[in-house]
Amino acid sequence: MSAIDFWLGRHRDTAARLPGADLPWLVRLREDAIDRFADEGWPTTRRENWRHTSLAFMGQQALAAEASDKPEAVLARLRERYRTASRGQAGTHEGVASVVGAGSTANAAASAPQDLDHWLVFVDGKFAPALSAIGGLPGGARIGSLADALKQSPETVEAAFGSALDGEAPQALNAALVTDGAWIRLGRGIAIEHPIHLVFIGATVADQHLRNLVVAEAGAQATIVEHYPAGAAGSTLTTAVTRVLAAQDSHVTHLKLQQEAPEAIHLATIEAEQARGAVFASHSLSFGARLARNDIRTRLAGEGAEALLNGLYHADGRRHVDHHTRIDHARPQGTSREFYRGLLDGSARGVFTGRILVAQDAQRTDAMQRCDNLLLSRLAEADARPELEIYADDVKCAHGATIGQLDEDALFYLRSRGVDAVHARQLLTYAFAAEVLERIAHAPLRALGRAALLERLPEGARLEELL
Amino acid sequence: MLKINNLHAAIDGKDILKGLDLEVADGEVHAIMGPNGSGKSTLAQVLAGRETFTVTDGSVDWDGTDLLALPAEERARAGLFLAFQYPVEIPGVSNAYFLKAAVNAVRRHRGLPEYDAMDFLARVKAEMKAVGMKEEFLYRSVNEGFSGGEKKRNEVLQMALLEPRLAVLDETDSGLDIDALKIVAEGVNRLRSPERSMIVITHYQRLLDYIVPDKVHVLSQGRIVRSGGRELALELEEHGYGWIDAAQSGKAGGASAGARP
Repeated sequence: MSAIDFWLGRHRDTAARLPGADLPWLVRLREDAIDRFADEGWPTTRRENWRHTSLAFMGQQALAAEASDKPEAVLARLRERYRTASRGQAGTHEGVASVVGAGSTANAAASAPQDLDHWLVFVDGKFAPALSAIGGLPGGARIGSLADALKQSPETVEAAFGSALDGEAPQALNAALVTDGAWIRLGRGIAIEHPIHLVFIGATVADQHLRNLVVAEAGAQATIVEHYPAGAAGSTLTTAVTRVLAAQDSHVTHLKLQQEAPEAIHLATIEAEQARGAVFASHSLSFGARLARNDIRTRLAGEGAEALLNGLYHADGRRHVDHHTRIDHARPQGTSREFYRGLLDGSARGVFTGRILVAQDAQRTDAMQRCDNLLLSRLAEADARPELEIYADDVKCAHGATIGQLDEDALFYLRSRGVDAVHARQLLTYAFAAEVLERIAHAPLRALGRAALLERLPEGARLEELL
Repeated sequence: MLKINNLHAAIDGKDILKGLDLEVADGEVHAIMGPNGSGKSTLAQVLAGRETFTVTDGSVDWDGTDLLALPAEERARAGLFLAFQYPVEIPGVSNAYFLKAAVNAVRRHRGLPEYDAMDFLARVKAEMKAVGMKEEFLYRSVNEGFSGGEKKRNEVLQMALLEPRLAVLDETDSGLDIDALKIVAEGVNRLRSPERSMIVITHYQRLLDYIVPDKVHVLSQGRIVRSGGRELALELEEHGYGWIDAAQSGKAGGASAGARP
C-alpha cells in the first residue's frame, strides 16, 4: 500500500540510514518534508495545479517491482541505441534521406564520439560506480553522486539542495526519502564539452527517489541528460527532482528522456534559477510510464536571461502524461521560448499547463509559448492551458494552443503520390513530432531523441529505413 | 485510353459533376476549359481519388481498369498523376524524403528496383535543373514557404520523376507570371510522349499558347458542353464564358442556371 502512513513509516525506518543522516540541516529538512507530505497528501484534482491529474489512487496503489533485465543489459541497450542513432545521424548530412526539412543537417558534422561522454549510472536509487564512466574533466569541475558530495562538501550541497517547501507534495516526499542522485558542480568558466548522462535504472525496488543538483558558476557550460529507461515491470514509483542553479552567463542544457515501463508512475520536477545572462534549455521527451507528471519551472532572476522549454510527449492505451510548466520573468529583458507537442493515441490523455509570470520589474520581456497536440484516435484527449500573468507594461508575450487531427489535405497529397495511407499517416505524425527534436542542438542527442520517438510509432522501423 | 462515361459527383450533398463524358486516347493532350464553379477541379480530384467527393453515377475506364474502384495511392502507382492547383505544404517532411518515398512506391509497384540514395540524388538533381529549381528546395519541407511558381515547379518535378501514363494538370498556370508559365509549360512539353496522355485544366487560354492541345473541351455546369480543336480555346478567349453559359441556360431552362452562384 502506498497510503500516507506507509510513507511516514518508510521515513521513520530509513531516515537514519539515508545519506546525510549526520547532517542536522538535512535531517530537519527531511522531517519538515515528510510532515508536509503528511499534511497535504497525494494531490487530487481539487488542487489548482493538479486540475487534470489526480494522484488520489496512490492511496490504494500497491507498488511492486516485477522481474526485469539486469541493469547491465538495460544500460548496454541504451548505449547501443545511442551509438547506432548517432551513427545514422553522421550520415544524414548527405541530405537525401532526412525526413526533416530545414535545419536537420546543420549540426551533423559536429557529432562527437559518444565514448567521450560522461556516464553516471544509478541502480535502484544508488550510484553504481562499476557501471559509470566519467571521462576526463577540467580542474574545477566535479561530477559524482549526491551521497558522496554530502560527505565531502555538505555546505555547498546545502546551498543547492532546495527546501521542504518547494513545489508540491510529491517533491516534499522526494526530499524526505531521496537516496541519491547526481552532483554536478562547474567552476567559473568551466565548459564540459561532452554530454553528462545520468541513467536511472529501477531493477528490484518498487520505488526510487532521486535528486540531481547542478551548480553552474559564472560562464560555465554543460549538457546534462537524464535517462529513465524501462527497468523493472510492475507498478513502480519514481520521484525525481533536478535543480539547476545557473550563475551569470552560464549555459545549461537539460534533456530528459523518460521511457519507463508501461505500469510505472513517474513524478518529476525540474527547476532552474537563472542569473543575469544565463541560458537554460530544457528538453523533455516523455514517452513511457502509465502516469508521468513533469513540473518544469525556471526563474529568470537576472537581467537578459534566456530560457527554452521544449517538450514532446506520446501516450497511448490508458496512459496519462502531464507537463506543468512555469516561467518566472523576474527581471528585465528576459527571453523565453516554450514549445510543446503531444501525440495522443488510444484513450490516452495529455495535459499541458504553461504558466508565464512577468513581474512588474521585468520590462522588455519577450515570451512566446506554443502547445500543439495531435489526437491519433477518437478517444484520446488533450488539455492545453496557457496561463499568463503580466504585471509589466512593456512586454512581448504570445501564446497559442491547438488540438487536432492529421491534416487531411496533406494525407491525400501523399497518397496521390503513391504513398499508402498507413505510411502517410505515420510520416505526418513523425514529422509533427520531429519538429520538437529539431531544437535539440547536439546532433547525437537529437538522433537519440528521434530513435526513441520512432520506437513509439507503430511503423517506426519503416520510417527509419528512409531516414 | 481513358473513358469517362456519364460521371456524376457530389460534395456535401451538392451535385457538381452532372453527367460528364470524355475520352482521351494514349498520347493525346486534352485541354478542359470552363468558368469558375463549372466542376474543373472536381473532375481532377475525382480522377485522383479524393474521397471527399462522392461519385453518384457513371464510370471511368482506364485501359480496362475500373479507375473509381482504386484508392488514390493505387491510382498513382498505376500511373495517374495529379498536379495540384494548390499544392499542399507539409511542414517537417523534406522534399527529398517525400520525392524518394513517392518514386520508390511507384517503382516498387511497377516491378522496378528502388533507387538507392546516390542514384536518386543524381536523377532528382537532373530533373530539378530542367525545371529551374535550385537544389536547396530538396532539403526544405515540402512546399513550405515556396512561392506560387516554386510550388508549381515542384509539381512538374514530381510529374517528371513519377513518369505517369496519365497526367491531370489542375490550373497549373494559375498564379504564374509569364516566365514561370513558360518554364512550367516547357517541363510539361518535355514529358509529352505517345505513351502519356494529359488532361490540362485551365481557366485561361494563354497556357494553351505554350502547351498546344490536341483537343479542347468546354466544361459548364458539370458537363462537357463543347468539344473541338485548338480554335475553340481562341473562340472562348474572344467571347468569354458568357456565351457558353448563356447557351447552356437557354437549353437547360432557367432553373439550373439560377442554381449556380
